[in-house]
Amino acid sequence: MSNENKEVKNKSATAASVFDDVEITNKNLQSIGVEILPVHTGGTVHAKRIPGAFRTFKWWAASFWIILFVGPYLRWDGHQAILFDLPNRQFHIFGITILPQDIWILAMILLFFALLLAASTAIAGRLWCGYFCFHTVWTDVFTWIEEKIEGQPNKRIKLDEEPMSLSKLKVKVPKHALWLLIGLATSFSFVAYFVDAFDLWQRLFTLDWGVTETTAILTLGLATYFFAGILREQVCIGFCPYARIQGAMYDTETVVPTYDKERGEPRGRMKRAKPGEEAPELGDCIDCNLCVAVCPTGVDIRYGQQFGCITCGLCIDACDSVMEKIKKPKGLIRYASLAEFAGKELPAIWKRPRVIVYSSIMAFAAVMVLWGLMTMSPMDVKALHERAPLFVQMSDGNIQNKWTMKVVNKGNMPMKAEITVEGPEGMAFNVDKVLDIQPGNVGSTNMFVRIPRTQLKDVNTPIVIKVVDLNNPVVVEYYETTFIGPRVR
Amino acid sequence: MALHNPWPDEGNTGHIWDEDLRELDNPPPLWWMLSFYAGFIMIVFYTLYYPVIPLTDSTGEFTKGMAGWTQIEEYHDDYTVLKDWRKAKFADKEEKLATMSVDEILKDEDMKSYAVATSKMLFGDYCAACHGAGGQGNPNFPVLADDDWLWGGKAAQIEATIKNGRIGNMPAKGMMGNLTEQEIAEVADYVIALSEGKGNDDTVAAGKAVYTKGMCMACHGPAGKPLAPAGAANLTDQVWRFSADRDEVINVITNGVNVKKNGVYLAGTKQAVMPAFKERLPNAEVNVKRLAVYVHSLGGGQ
Repeated sequence: MSNENKEVKNKSATAASVFDDVEITNKNLQSIGVEILPVHTGGTVHAKRIPGAFRTFKWWAASFWIILFVGPYLRWDGHQAILFDLPNRQFHIFGITILPQDIWILAMILLFFALLLAASTAIAGRLWCGYFCFHTVWTDVFTWIEEKIEGQPNKRIKLDEEPMSLSKLKVKVPKHALWLLIGLATSFSFVAYFVDAFDLWQRLFTLDWGVTETTAILTLGLATYFFAGILREQVCIGFCPYARIQGAMYDTETVVPTYDKERGEPRGRMKRAKPGEEAPELGDCIDCNLCVAVCPTGVDIRYGQQFGCITCGLCIDACDSVMEKIKKPKGLIRYASLAEFAGKELPAIWKRPRVIVYSSIMAFAAVMVLWGLMTMSPMDVKALHERAPLFVQMSDGNIQNKWTMKVVNKGNMPMKAEITVEGPEGMAFNVDKVLDIQPGNVGSTNMFVRIPRTQLKDVNTPIVIKVVDLNNPVVVEYYETTFIGPRVR
Repeated sequence: MALHNPWPDEGNTGHIWDEDLRELDNPPPLWWMLSFYAGFIMIVFYTLYYPVIPLTDSTGEFTKGMAGWTQIEEYHDDYTVLKDWRKAKFADKEEKLATMSVDEILKDEDMKSYAVATSKMLFGDYCAACHGAGGQGNPNFPVLADDDWLWGGKAAQIEATIKNGRIGNMPAKGMMGNLTEQEIAEVADYVIALSEGKGNDDTVAAGKAVYTKGMCMACHGPAGKPLAPAGAANLTDQVWRFSADRDEVINVITNGVNVKKNGVYLAGTKQAVMPAFKERLPNAEVNVKRLAVYVHSLGGGQ
């Protein structure tokens, strides 16, 4: 571009304006090579629903979310199987209780799923967006309800344009009521993971919900109604950061629903050639626009990959059904990668660098989670060294250090924690008591350790604190710490 | 501003750079502007309602808003609620503290940890200035975390010390005040040897003789160990009331502790007074006990 620019600039030295000699009549983004793909902003997208393989798969994938509604009612050992008990800072997941000390395991689980998202996106595009995302699923269910109540898209568009009337209300009110109901059921189920579900039900009927619960359920419920019912695809296009991030995870080997331009173009309606005229050479696309009509985000897949596309595959269903009717091979729109269209051989999945990196991080996270769960001790020991004074000179020449011992019982059984200390010769220790600790509680006691001054070779002397659960002697925790003495002269 | 605007109809501001980079005039959405203006209106009410104007009136009182609200009042109100809540929650324990003796409290695990937990602030307010935040002591002020007690380390003795205070007393230059400088140096060496367990060495025999002559044993005991805790330091252990430094030991023997003449401290004498806290502490009846338990548990209680 530089040559051209220079010329313009040279001329501009003498001309009145730089634009004098430049063609500027149609200067917009398109003319400088940026292709603007249309995003549906003209009101509600009323997508057509047609049966097909991807439609079926979407329902199966969506049914995964039934777990959300059923989950809170599962019981385990007399308590809720999955309960994130924030007030008591305990996460119960079936038999496992996770206390704040073990929260890093949760971080590893999140890391695993973040990378699972990245890896699956790199291989097959926005699988999450298209099939599993709660927003996609809820929107899908909401529009399904809409179709059941209001009818096919053309009927819905007509209804929307009608002025408000009693007969319109008769159709609209049940729909919105049903949406709200689903929204509130969703938020109720969500909150039921944080407080006991049955208790929540009971207190619903006695009107005894707390402020936090009420606010959370109403806010989340209304948000579900608003986002899945009213905003729909605009959330994916305008709000969702994930949607944009996932688009950036593609490469040329990623398979996504793609329109086969080679085969489809030039598109056009199939016409019988009039006598004397030559039949036009057309591609397989008959420009029926069904792929656009079924798209829940209102994009035209024939423009190619675009950020409005959540890769749900519904256009594939639509196109295949048409290809079947016109007796052409299926797959004019299909899951394919850019490399495939360029005629390149796709490398095996396990040979792609992204997949290797992502899956190794996933493996790391998975191993850490397993390791964490397997080595998770039911006991957590903290030894807080007294700082004022760090050490005390005793009358018999011993140096004394004081610790506040805190022992957390992370298990399900009462604990009897006995604290002992191992250290240099001549060391004596004195622990106030054997700690009786109830599950989920912390026991605390003072511990004094005395070492003869003559045994201290340095300011710091390593000692090991050993805590044994007398009720279950398998549970032993060692805590390595430092005994501090005066400077050795 | 470009004189020549190739896009007159798109609503640009006329600022054009690099041929086609131009500034458009897109107003913010209505709802945004409305909340922006609403913010301005809020400021008016806020200014009137809350103390905003940074001026004082004739009495030096700052200008309050129409609501008369102040932050410190709100704090006090909240604090009162908290205090009342604490009072109600721990009323039975406080009652129990008042009726129990310190020894009983020490034996009751629950009451002991309650007494210790509620003492930290009291100790910080009333004791830490001299004895250190953790009882670690300060130069010339006794360590409370060790096991060496001038007035006894039993809980009841500690309680008596806190309640009534203690004034130590050590005459200058021996009981009769007649030791010479030479003798004082000798007895200082003897005392230092005592703490090292070398009191019977020949090298300090002279000092041992001075110890007898100066009648040190009257308080410090015949072997350097007081027979009963009555304020005199145990000279045989390794904890020093003031300092292990020889010059300082000589200084203490020469000038004594709390030596007064006509009601005035003698120059150089060690001033060591533990005030009586029964008058100083609020709710002393209970708080003295509480502190005695706390001090007892610092590391050297007997």
